[in-house]
Amino acid sequence: MSIYGTEPKANLLPANTTEAGGSKAVEALYTRLVGFKAEDGSTYNLAAESITTSDAKVYTIKLKQGWKFHDGTDVKAKNFVDAWNYGAYAPNAQQGSPFFAQIQGYDDVSPATEGAAPTAEKMSGLEVVGDYEFKVTLKGPFSVFTSQIGYLPFSPLPDAFFADPKAFEAKPIGNGPMKFVSRTPNALIKLERFADYQGEDKVHFKTLDIKIYSSQETAYQDLVGGKLDFMEALPPSAKIGDKHKSDLGDRVLNANLLGISTIGVPYYVPGFDNLDLRKAIALAINRDQITKTVLANSYAPVDGWVPPGIDGYEPNVCGDFCKYDKEKAKEYFTKSGFTGKLTIQSNADGGRKEPLEAACNSIKDALGVDCEFVGATNFGAFRQIVDGQQLTGMSRSDWSADYPSIENFLNPMYKTGGSSNDTTYSNPAVDALLAKADGTADKNEAIKVYQEAHRLMAKDLPSIPVWTEKGIGGYSKNLSAAKLTFKRDGELAAFRVKG
Amino acid sequence: MGRYVLRRLLQLIPVFIGTTFIIYALVWAIPQDPFAGKCGQRPCPESYIAAMSEKFNFDDPLPLQYLKYMGNVVTGDFGDTFSGISVGEQIATAYPTTVKLAIIALLIEALIGITAGVLTGLRKQGFLDNLVLVSTLFLISLPVFVTGFVLRLYLGPQGLDLFDVGVDSTDPTFAQLILPGFVLGSTSMAYVARLTRSSIAENRHADYVRTAIAKGQPTRRVVGVHLLRNSLIPVITFLGTDLGSLMGGAIVTEGVFNINGIGGLIFRGIQEKEGITVTGVVTMLVLVYLLMSLVVDLLYAVLDPRIRYE
Amino acid sequence: MSDPGASGAGLEKAAASAVGDLSHVDDSSQRQGKPRSLWSDAWGELRRKPTFIISLVIIFIVVVMAAFPSLFTSVDPRAANLDNYLKTPSADAWFGYDVQGYDVYARAVYGARASLLVGLFSTLLTVLIGSVVGIFAGYAKSWVDSLLSRFGDIFAGVPFVLGAIVILTTFNSPTENPSAVRIITQVVLSIAVLSWPVSMRIMRSATLVAKQQDYVKAARGLGASPLRIVFRHLLPNTVAPVLVYATIALGAFIGAEATLAFLGIGLRPPVVSWGVMISESRDYFQAAPHMLLFPAGFVTITVLAFVILGDAVRDALDPKSR
Repeated sequence: MSIYGTEPKANLLPANTTEAGGSKAVEALYTRLVGFKAEDGSTYNLAAESITTSDAKVYTIKLKQGWKFHDGTDVKAKNFVDAWNYGAYAPNAQQGSPFFAQIQGYDDVSPATEGAAPTAEKMSGLEVVGDYEFKVTLKGPFSVFTSQIGYLPFSPLPDAFFADPKAFEAKPIGNGPMKFVSRTPNALIKLERFADYQGEDKVHFKTLDIKIYSSQETAYQDLVGGKLDFMEALPPSAKIGDKHKSDLGDRVLNANLLGISTIGVPYYVPGFDNLDLRKAIALAINRDQITKTVLANSYAPVDGWVPPGIDGYEPNVCGDFCKYDKEKAKEYFTKSGFTGKLTIQSNADGGRKEPLEAACNSIKDALGVDCEFVGATNFGAFRQIVDGQQLTGMSRSDWSADYPSIENFLNPMYKTGGSSNDTTYSNPAVDALLAKADGTADKNEAIKVYQEAHRLMAKDLPSIPVWTEKGIGGYSKNLSAAKLTFKRDGELAAFRVKG
Repeated sequence: MGRYVLRRLLQLIPVFIGTTFIIYALVWAIPQDPFAGKCGQRPCPESYIAAMSEKFNFDDPLPLQYLKYMGNVVTGDFGDTFSGISVGEQIATAYPTTVKLAIIALLIEALIGITAGVLTGLRKQGFLDNLVLVSTLFLISLPVFVTGFVLRLYLGPQGLDLFDVGVDSTDPTFAQLILPGFVLGSTSMAYVARLTRSSIAENRHADYVRTAIAKGQPTRRVVGVHLLRNSLIPVITFLGTDLGSLMGGAIVTEGVFNINGIGGLIFRGIQEKEGITVTGVVTMLVLVYLLMSLVVDLLYAVLDPRIRYE
Repeated sequence: MSDPGASGAGLEKAAASAVGDLSHVDDSSQRQGKPRSLWSDAWGELRRKPTFIISLVIIFIVVVMAAFPSLFTSVDPRAANLDNYLKTPSADAWFGYDVQGYDVYARAVYGARASLLVGLFSTLLTVLIGSVVGIFAGYAKSWVDSLLSRFGDIFAGVPFVLGAIVILTTFNSPTENPSAVRIITQVVLSIAVLSWPVSMRIMRSATLVAKQQDYVKAARGLGASPLRIVFRHLLPNTVAPVLVYATIALGAFIGAEATLAFLGIGLRPPVVSWGVMISESRDYFQAAPHMLLFPAGFVTITVLAFVILGDAVRDALDPKSR
């Protein structure tokens, strides 16, 4: 069986894999303590026998016995602890290092200040209790931790890795449903089924080829032609006029995604710290028409900052302001007293330009103010502007969550100093609610507090919610079943090869 | 001859150093942060930046960086990318495809171009002549990506379905590369046709041709042996130079047809700021290009006895 | 030099070799002792050539379009209406509408200006740099010549498309909102920097030939200053090949603009050019071929006009072809 892939941007170590290309292989190679259900992202135990806590701060984790790495060694508690310590330790330069930031002692192994040397090699919050049990102490209560450990950097690493990291990189050994066979850069990653795999997400096919494509276009042609078996996303040209439906028939897959697109209105841009202007812009975007035309029905309008399908989603948090209304928009705009030109900045590649240009045109039409799309050549160039707080107007502000939790849609983006709070939004009342929610041990109680924060934040319109992508994928005629997950990848365990 | 070759080789050195240094400086001395966007939606961890800066000598002054880099290249080590993939290995996977595509393009342009040129050169001013003249000008004027897209659209599965436009990412078959090869070679093909045509037309009245005809040799032999052999000298040198350019990879054609060759490798390298890939590939390409132009000059001397290099 | 046709580099090379013969042109006419007749002969022949007339008419129309786009359309190229999303050509909009609901015809008309400006300024700059360096190299002592030639080789050794990508990506400082003028200047400069060696070689070889002429030797013998020799005697006799090259290169650079825009690094919004339109059609040309075909047609016809013009002028200037 073969699936669509892109060239990994880092080596295939779990803690160093933070992008889609590498995730494909790493997801299949390693299994973590918990897995996510494809439909809604709720967690279930994989390598973990049990995860218990009384205060959302100290977690006791027991492992299932009899699980093996691909080299035949047992998966033990120390494999998790060592791997997490390796991932967090600054000199190892793992890109996923910030994921461990909640664990006690993280600041000692990866100091926040530039140039400071770490004072410890291991996080004090991790403690091996027995061969199959370990204890995790966090800096403070953090109820989402049980979801977070399903994310890639929290994978275990076998002893073989620590013995010879270089050789391991060339031929990774994991504990997942598939084992590594070979890799040709820019072309192919070959995996095969691991016979001793114990998890319930066993795969039902023998080999997996992750074919590297530089364009979705070609991949799609191969998919239709039966040379490729699965794609988790389809190219824009296939979506125009619902072409994919006629090409693939009932082999189109749909899923809710963990992403949301908003238009950031940075507070540091002169004149933008103006609620009436924010309201005017929010009202001036014709979300329905844009999603139906320019976005070819592959996106749906949103009505809040948390997309549907997330546990904790509430409808209509943004209220009337996220509904197109030309007259009211004009009214608020006059009230705002804003003069000058509006711009929306984004990287122009990857189909980012078209919907935002359309949004700009919609704003221009409704408000009678000049609006222009300003494109950077690629994502890197765009991020440099955003990271350096050098935006001179509105910007694309898309977020795709790391794990399915309402927390991950609020904390990084809207908490003061959040890791992706690109608009420099800051509201102490919202911060307080978020902190309270983080520290609530009971998951359902925590969600309620997050919802409260969400509703409060909505009054400030920290960014303008616009749309959310619908997951649209497809599989070839060689398969009889496939499933797309909320993370926009294939649920390999659900794939069935024909015949 | 030996001295000429030696002198040319020596002259290559400053050109090689100049070109590679310019590219190196452009790629690395950019006022851009090479780490922006490397780690997704978040800025890269400080530790990662420190380790990578160390690895690529970012903290050294530029000329020193360049020297260190070239020192490695000379020993055959093109370095590793940010993701730890060896650049040498990347080149090794991508280059065969590019060479294959270049050869196919060359064959197509030589075959069609020379045929059209000979036919029209022998019979100037006819309908065929005008047709070839106009269509070659048209081909020359058409940007390659337009030719590529239009042919892909109308000859591919969505149009007449004559060609399978999918090209395998490793080791593509000959059949898969015919259409891209045609597109890549189309402009040069037009030029080959025009060059052959004027060369044949010029030589047709040359003394040696008249002599051959006067001696009563059959037209076939006159055209095939005397006329063609002499007229094709400039064409062959043109094809030689062209092969040198084609080996440099075809960023646009490879992009249109999604061919996994050296052009795509460079393009992605620049887009993703994999400077090490870009400098590595460019260094090699410049070398190939310079050597090819030297070979072409020598070829010219071998083919045309009137030219002597001192 | 990757993608010979796309970049204009191949086309330029073709143009360069095509004019190679011309350096001898003046030579022969000089020998016949009627220096003026070459140009008047050429003009006489050109006037009777239908291809010459046609190409001039096309170029004239395109130039007018660039200067006064409102003569050709009353539609605002930036007026978007999503109700017209991807509508095919009709009586209302001859070329149909694009993804944003812009009128493709209006945009193609307004796009002429940027495309033509890039072609014109790149050619001017290329020819200017190339001619100055070329004439100097051809006239100067041999070690200066060697040095300049090698210097030119350095730039010629960088494949065109590749070089342009690197230069444009590098200098596109992402932290600013570049103005239309700045975007166009960047593209023009990068084309010129990579193309000047070609016109330098043409100028150099033409100068080498002209330098050997008796009247130049005579002028030198009479003690004329080098500056005077260059301007009075060399330049007039080296203009023909450069002129032909410039005409063809202008077309080639318009094509190069389209190629760079197509790669996403050349001109870009807010500038509207044919290349920008073509690159915008990339994802949509299967569903809406009119988005690609019309601007591509404009580019092709304009380039064709310049190439034909150059071709005709060269034929007219080359006595051998008569």
